[in-house]
Amino acid sequence: MTKTAPSIARRLRFAPALALVLAGIATTALADRDPAYAAARAAGQVGEKPDGYLGVVSGGSDVRALADKINIQRRANYTERAAAQNATIEEYAFTQGCILIQRTAPGEKYQAPGGAWQTRGAGAPERDPRCP
Amino acid sequence: MTFPRLTAPNPAATSSGMKRRGMGGSGSGRRVASAAAVLVIGATALAGCISVNAPDKPIVIELNINIKQEVIYRLADDVKKNIEANSDIF
Repeated sequence: MTKTAPSIARRLRFAPALALVLAGIATTALADRDPAYAAARAAGQVGEKPDGYLGVVSGGSDVRALADKINIQRRANYTERAAAQNATIEEYAFTQGCILIQRTAPGEKYQAPGGAWQTRGAGAPERDPRCP
Repeated sequence: MTFPRLTAPNPAATSSGMKRRGMGGSGSGRRVASAAAVLVIGATALAGCISVNAPDKPIVIELNINIKQEVIYRLADDVKKNIEANSDIF
């Protein structure tokens, strides 16, 4: 009886680590981009705007519908995060735009502060001077 | 007998002193007038400068000017975590 309690504890000592690994797999599986969204990004049909939302660079109504769907989800996310950070939705969305443009992959589209669509190259993207 | 000698130079001294005072008085008046003129010219020149400079200042209307850089820097860390947590929509 005295030996069973430590043996259970010994058996369960890797359980939290295992749970974290499983949770990590689950979240990464959930967090993947929709294939249509990933394809539209790679094709340069949609691009990141400085205001934190997606813009339509080229393409038809299906691309517009895709951008609108993502932007509605983004708006809801910004609203929640801005409230948690005591910021306005516009402030949070603008900061998000700074980071999202910074993290665009080469070949993807982004909007420069002047409003022109740019293709991300190997160098740093053209961003608002207030961006971190 | 020494009194006439003393009184004799006095009228001459007072008359020349009066003339000098008169000359001095008119000269200081001119200086005041010229100083006032300089002031007036200076004031009008200054007034002219202000009225010319005011329209020269450009009024820059920047998009999202109400968003301050310090707020962006404060939010940057949370934004990065947010992207990791919701990478399906970013």
